[in-house]
Amino acid sequence: MALLEIKNLEAGIKDRQILKGVNLTIKAGEVHAIMGKNGSGKSTLANVIAGRETYEVISGSITYDGKDLLDLSAEERAREGVFLAFQYPVEIPGVSTSYFLKAAVNAVRKHKGEPELDAMQFLKLVREKMALLKMDQSFMNRAVNEGFSGGEKKRNEIFQMAVCDPRLALMDETDSGLDIDALKTVSHGANSLRSPDRAILVVTHYQRMLNYIKPDYVHVMIDGRIVKTGGPELALELEERGYDWVEKESAAAV
Amino acid sequence: MTQLAQPTFRTQFHSLASPTGDAPTWLATLRQRALDQFKAVGFPTKKLEDWRFTDVSPIAKTTFLAGETGIGDTSIVREYSFGDDAVAELVFVNGHFSAQLSKLGKLPRGVKFGSLKQAFELDPALVQSALAQHADIEKNPFVALNTGLMQDGAFMFLPRGTTVDGVVHFLFIATGEAEPTASQPRTLVIAEDNVEASIVETYAAANGSIYFTNAVSEFVLGNDCRIDHNKLNQESTLAYHVATMQVSLGAKTTFVSHSTTLGGKLTRNDFNCTMAGEGAYATLNGLVVLGGSQHCDNHTLLDHAVPNCPSHEVYKHVLDGKSTGVFKGKILVRQPAQKTDSKQSSKSLLLSDDATMHSQPALEIYADDVKCTHGSTIGPVDEDMIFYARSRGIGADAARHLLTYAFAADVTRRIKVAPVRERIEKFMADQHGLPQDIAITNLGDFDEAAR
Repeated sequence: MALLEIKNLEAGIKDRQILKGVNLTIKAGEVHAIMGKNGSGKSTLANVIAGRETYEVISGSITYDGKDLLDLSAEERAREGVFLAFQYPVEIPGVSTSYFLKAAVNAVRKHKGEPELDAMQFLKLVREKMALLKMDQSFMNRAVNEGFSGGEKKRNEIFQMAVCDPRLALMDETDSGLDIDALKTVSHGANSLRSPDRAILVVTHYQRMLNYIKPDYVHVMIDGRIVKTGGPELALELEERGYDWVEKESAAAV
Repeated sequence: MTQLAQPTFRTQFHSLASPTGDAPTWLATLRQRALDQFKAVGFPTKKLEDWRFTDVSPIAKTTFLAGETGIGDTSIVREYSFGDDAVAELVFVNGHFSAQLSKLGKLPRGVKFGSLKQAFELDPALVQSALAQHADIEKNPFVALNTGLMQDGAFMFLPRGTTVDGVVHFLFIATGEAEPTASQPRTLVIAEDNVEASIVETYAAANGSIYFTNAVSEFVLGNDCRIDHNKLNQESTLAYHVATMQVSLGAKTTFVSHSTTLGGKLTRNDFNCTMAGEGAYATLNGLVVLGGSQHCDNHTLLDHAVPNCPSHEVYKHVLDGKSTGVFKGKILVRQPAQKTDSKQSSKSLLLSDDATMHSQPALEIYADDVKCTHGSTIGPVDEDMIFYARSRGIGADAARHLLTYAFAADVTRRIKVAPVRERIEKFMADQHGLPQDIAITNLGDFDEAAR
């Protein structure tokens, strides 16, 4: 059974329609990449899956693990195992990363009927993941994302993703603003999350991160629709030839 | 100000001790001059620009008695005392010094510390040299009222080169009696050059009592001092609290102040800081957390009188219920004050549709080579932040509480005095159903200048 099944999804913001009929099926264990130009709707798709209410779903359906995802609030989706790594992680001055993440982990555990982690258990969990993302322990005592560099913020997203242990990991332009070392670290962190129970959806403009996180499927999104699907070689072709030929090809097909 | 004298003035404060008795002539003269000034101008009305958002007529209409000088049940004092966390603590009950409840502590040689009333007798020349030399009875009727009726308050003199290890606490407790009471606490702190100290003023009472605190504090600081100041308002939510803080900074003196208002039905703070010596550095931060029908008005003045002085100001309001916040932040850069570098930020969180915030920066600049920036935002909890928390599994309500706490904690984390910071964080955590371990005790070295 598919972990995620999106059918004819149309969504927009205010009076502007952005997604114009998206169809996408992702099975557990798979890694999918959605590529496209700026404004093609790929980030909107990630945000709609995560439940951001700024976007209004016009029609279509999203089924996740057999449930109607659109019926669930953003926090319920997170507790059911959907995780969005933000393109622009939010700074929260006044709350430590440690407190924030512990609250998140325990909200998920409570939902699953598991006992909440105490301070010691939590520390044990995060230490291991911090090493994975090459993060300093002092990160935990700093306010959430405050004063972090772009690279640190993205590393923090993937670190949180690793700690939250989602079933569906959405990575929204995680590669943007990263230097090559940070890109490797972040990709390594994401790769370590690959497992038969988990699916990863990578949204990106460029192919370069896909050198490190090898996708099983690559989709091209143009003007709110997925117009082409292929294997990892499609990403390379896009890198070489740009998006214009796909655009022409899809226009010709209509 | 040309308001008519209030005919009710005499009856209003009729039972307060008359400012004569055995006071030395200079003091009697000062009090009389101040009383005359107050009688001439009366209570300010909303027609005056500085008072347009704050209606003090409930104070003007109430008859206040003098409160008891002692306290039967000391539990309220224990609640607000810093205990072992303070190196020295002066406790005042309804404005009257209580030797019994105070701790004079072990302060460095040469430091004079105790009640102002006592200092009138022991160090008249020292007191006379500074008292009422800074807080201007003509600029604010409440300063005139305080100066005219002042009996007692905290006094501290720190001689050249003194470093006080630990926190000094001035605790003003109102007992709250059957009839409304009033007190006029007067604080005077004089520091010579190269002094380091941390001073906290707390104004508190058991909730539910009606009284009027009209406080004036003068801090006269020499050169090269490092002074940390906190003011904590935890007055009864039925109380009137009006206060003027008047600070003068000598050359290269660093002054950092945090003013936090959690209590009071009606609070008005005038915080005036003059950078009188070159290289002085002032930070005036504030946090106001109100609910119900509470009203708080903070007027601040950063007065740049000389060149090369940086100043920073962050004021945050958290307003729930039908509460009202007022912030008027004036930055005055006088003509000689070249190379002034001043940053002001006012951020307000409205938790209810009925809460109101008036935020008004006022820049008055007469020098031409200066950097002054200011920003002001008013709004509900940031939706992007809420979604970020929800996307991690934290419920919408919990996220709102957490982010409201965080909004305030952004100010409290800059407070260096643990008992003050913890008290405010506990207040916020209790209000938002958050555990105590959320308290942020170490978010790294917070660098005010690097903001």
